[in-house]
Amino acid sequence: MAQSLVKKIGVSLEINGEQRQVEIRPADTLLYVLRNYLGLTGAKPGCLNGDCGACSVIVNEKVYKSCIMLAVEAVESKVTSIEGLSDSPIQKAFVEHFAFQCGYCTPGFIMNTHAMLLHEPHPTYETIKEWLSSNICRCTSYQEIEDAVFSVIGRDK
Amino acid sequence: MLAANIEYYKPATIQAALEQFYLLKNKRKRPIYYGGGTEVLTLGRLNLIETDAVIDLKGIRECQSFEFDQEYLITGAALPLTYIEEKNLFPLLTSSSMGIADHTARNKITIGGNICGQIFYREAVLPFLICESKAVIAGENGIQIFALNEIFNETLQLEEGQFLLQLLTEKRYIHLPFVSIKKRQQWDTGYPLLTVAAVKVEDQIRFAFSGLCPFPFRSRKMEDELNNLQLPLKERISRALLQVPSPILDDIEGSKDYRLFVLRNTLNEIILDLEGK
Repeated sequence: MAQSLVKKIGVSLEINGEQRQVEIRPADTLLYVLRNYLGLTGAKPGCLNGDCGACSVIVNEKVYKSCIMLAVEAVESKVTSIEGLSDSPIQKAFVEHFAFQCGYCTPGFIMNTHAMLLHEPHPTYETIKEWLSSNICRCTSYQEIEDAVFSVIGRDK
Repeated sequence: MLAANIEYYKPATIQAALEQFYLLKNKRKRPIYYGGGTEVLTLGRLNLIETDAVIDLKGIRECQSFEFDQEYLITGAALPLTYIEEKNLFPLLTSSSMGIADHTARNKITIGGNICGQIFYREAVLPFLICESKAVIAGENGIQIFALNEIFNETLQLEEGQFLLQLLTEKRYIHLPFVSIKKRQQWDTGYPLLTVAAVKVEDQIRFAFSGLCPFPFRSRKMEDELNNLQLPLKERISRALLQVPSPILDDIEGSKDYRLFVLRNTLNEIILDLEGK
């Protein structure tokens, strides 16, 4: 039998409050491990280049693009993917304000906005713009996304 | 994801990082140091970086320093850019940092990774060039301190096995009047046509540039022309433009001629601001 050339290591990752044991290659990105080893397909592969933000997840309360993070870097950290948010105010706001069309970018926008609100519960418009410029929506639902964010922070632009 | 297999190491000390590097070299591996890893992963995905082992520097305490001692601001090379912005100990650095990539990416990009990267822009180095900072380098000869302007020539001139540990900036530079401008053809995010950082030190303005050439730089010849108060401002700028190093970038972000046009106007704007006219 041919010997496998793929060198895997066993790691423990804390994802959405749960310890998951997984065999990964050190070269695997967090995005790849979430989707292909752990079945968490909420983080979306878009550009795979750190540009579009569709793969955004929260690690230790900071938002990261999981396509430009090795899974091994997340060992001993608390990872939250979109599956770990349940009925959060920002999710409800996205639904109520129709802040999506195809929905592919939506998990990334929600994770980024959720991280922003953890960091800054009452962000200025400039802060919102700065943070959300990290994500791209090709259906251009930007206006509705802004509306959803402002509804959660309880004021108008 | 990297197609190739790699080994991953996260040493906790400078010595352990150096030992790991040379151990891997002796095994005929191709180790590289790893900060935020954004460039390693994006270029590695395209097979533009060849490595089989990465040594993550984020576990080294000295690489995470961001504090003043009696004389200097110490900036650790493994600090994420957003951390530097949130602490805002060095307003010019904060301003330059905020123009790099986007907010989420800057949670991952480190100051050392940006300065030592392959990307043309590397705007994080500009404040340190004009503030005459020192680079603290770790290597097999121990810890060495160099004037950044001597060791940064288009790229940081590191020998095999060396890595950037910290940058030291004299306190007297931290709160001087400055301008940091990033010009793009359109949008608020993306690669620039031009980034200029300038600081006024006594009666002289110092300038460093990114996006104009395939490397960031500070030019004394350009500064001499731009600070020549005997000539009208328009003439000072025209003479400085003759001293721009070559090649000037001519790509999809902007043609060479357009970049020079933007540079002329940007220099005018900065000088009027810092000379108080």
